Amino acid sequence: MSEQTPEPKRVDEERAERYAALDADAPTLDESAYRRQTRRSVLTGGAASLAALVGWRWLQTGPEDNNIPVPLRRGHEFNEALWRRLSGRSAPTFDRSRSSVLRVNGRHGIRNEIDLDAWELTVLGPDGSEWGGHVLDDVTALPKVELTIEHKCIEGWSHIVTWGGARFSDFAALYADRLGPDLTDHVALVTPDREYYVGLDMASMLHPQMLLAYELEGEPLTQDHGAPLRLATPNKYGIKCIKRIGTIQFTNDRPTDYWYERGYDWYAQL
Amino acid sequence: MTTNAEPADDRVPVARLKHRRVTRWTHWINVPLLTIMVWSGLRIYWADVRDPFGFGVGLVGWHWFDFLPDAVNERLGLERRLARGMAFHFTFGWLFAVNGVAYALFTWRSGEWRRLLPDRHSPGDSVTVLLHDLFIRRKPLPPQGRYNAAQRLSYTTIVAMGAVAVLTGLAIYKPTQVNLLTTVFGGYEMARTIHFAVTIGFLLFVAVHLLQVARAGWSNFASMVTGYERIANPPPVVSPADPTEPPPKQREESTGV
Repeated sequence: MSEQTPEPKRVDEERAERYAALDADAPTLDESAYRRQTRRSVLTGGAASLAALVGWRWLQTGPEDNNIPVPLRRGHEFNEALWRRLSGRSAPTFDRSRSSVLRVNGRHGIRNEIDLDAWELTVLGPDGSEWGGHVLDDVTALPKVELTIEHKCIEGWSHIVTWGGARFSDFAALYADRLGPDLTDHVALVTPDREYYVGLDMASMLHPQMLLAYELEGEPLTQDHGAPLRLATPNKYGIKCIKRIGTIQFTNDRPTDYWYERGYDWYAQL
Repeated sequence: MTTNAEPADDRVPVARLKHRRVTRWTHWINVPLLTIMVWSGLRIYWADVRDPFGFGVGLVGWHWFDFLPDAVNERLGLERRLARGMAFHFTFGWLFAVNGVAYALFTWRSGEWRRLLPDRHSPGDSVTVLLHDLFIRRKPLPPQGRYNAAQRLSYTTIVAMGAVAVLTGLAIYKPTQVNLLTTVFGGYEMARTIHFAVTIGFLLFVAVHLLQVARAGWSNFASMVTGYERIANPPPVVSPADPTEPPPKQREESTGV
């Protein structure tokens, strides 16, 4: 076997050499240096673990802001500030044939049936003074918009549904004179019995996909879906889409919100 | 191993650097972060009890199994606290992402990726390694560097899974604001399904990882803390003061984890 040209190295050997070369210059330690390194690492790791445990405990037992630990509330606010920069975007729409009536998921503020003919919508200004009152015809007189969108519940499910109604921006335009060019920062919406209430920022309210809805799948809203008038949008979780609106207030203070008080994100933007 | 007879000779290298500082920190920081993400994620997942997760969602329209049956939920004491789950998930999610990006950037810039990315031999070799580790076949192990072929594949996959977890997470967190991303993942429902599937993948990885670490032994585990792994057979120091040094033994292949 030695009389010919040198036998080519086996592929495996070449590979082993190539792999080994990667670690050839890896630093090494002698015994005492290794012991020092071990001591230092264990102490650092122990201190870091202890700090993490203390931090975790503090997070769990420390002060709360509307039912969640303060740092996590700040986390929601950080996210809100971040995502507000993109808030003009629109959700995808779907073919009408894919939509159907969605489940009834919340009865806050609509536990009892009401006389729809007696229903009135009250509009308030920032100081609480009454700016106006409306019957449903005032809203149906505005340009009608049909939106087939994916309605998303904060619990995780989603459902493709078709809403019919007026853009909130068209409704707000009725109050353009009173609002002035600067508008207000927020809008608060409350059910007639005041059990359920939501607060939204003006930019979200003026989004073209924010509807004052009075139809679901082409039919007038049923009472358990919020008749006669509810909020509907694909850009907020369902918790913001208040049913059976009784009062709309234009306000500069950030309004409180039913689920915000119970630990949820105020912004709830999708 | 140094024997008792040998004094701790300061010139003998006994340990070699295995895991760099950034690798170790990001690895250990990821442990509580991933735990918090899975734990808070379960609280979110569990909020929609009427629509339990099954792999069939959107694929075959058939519900294969409950991800966590009620009995498991009760045993784990996972209260249905959606608000708290979301609060933790959307704050710690950023830390999880930043930690992962830090690891990926370091691995790229430092050249560590050369030891971690699968090469063209990895798919074939990993089968041999797998059969070997499952005690099915004791074929000689293929050549390897610091990580064997199965490790290269799984450590690369887990980083990719981390990226998918973050991206699908964003896709279902802000499906309007990043709707292009949501579309890429097949829509809101599909992105949600992928997000949960990746979580199950994480749990499987952790289970196998812990098992393999236990099998690989203390020195390998300690190297993730200290950075250095003991050299199985330290080469003798060629020293005139010690002419009786035995000849070097054949170096053993390390199957480290």
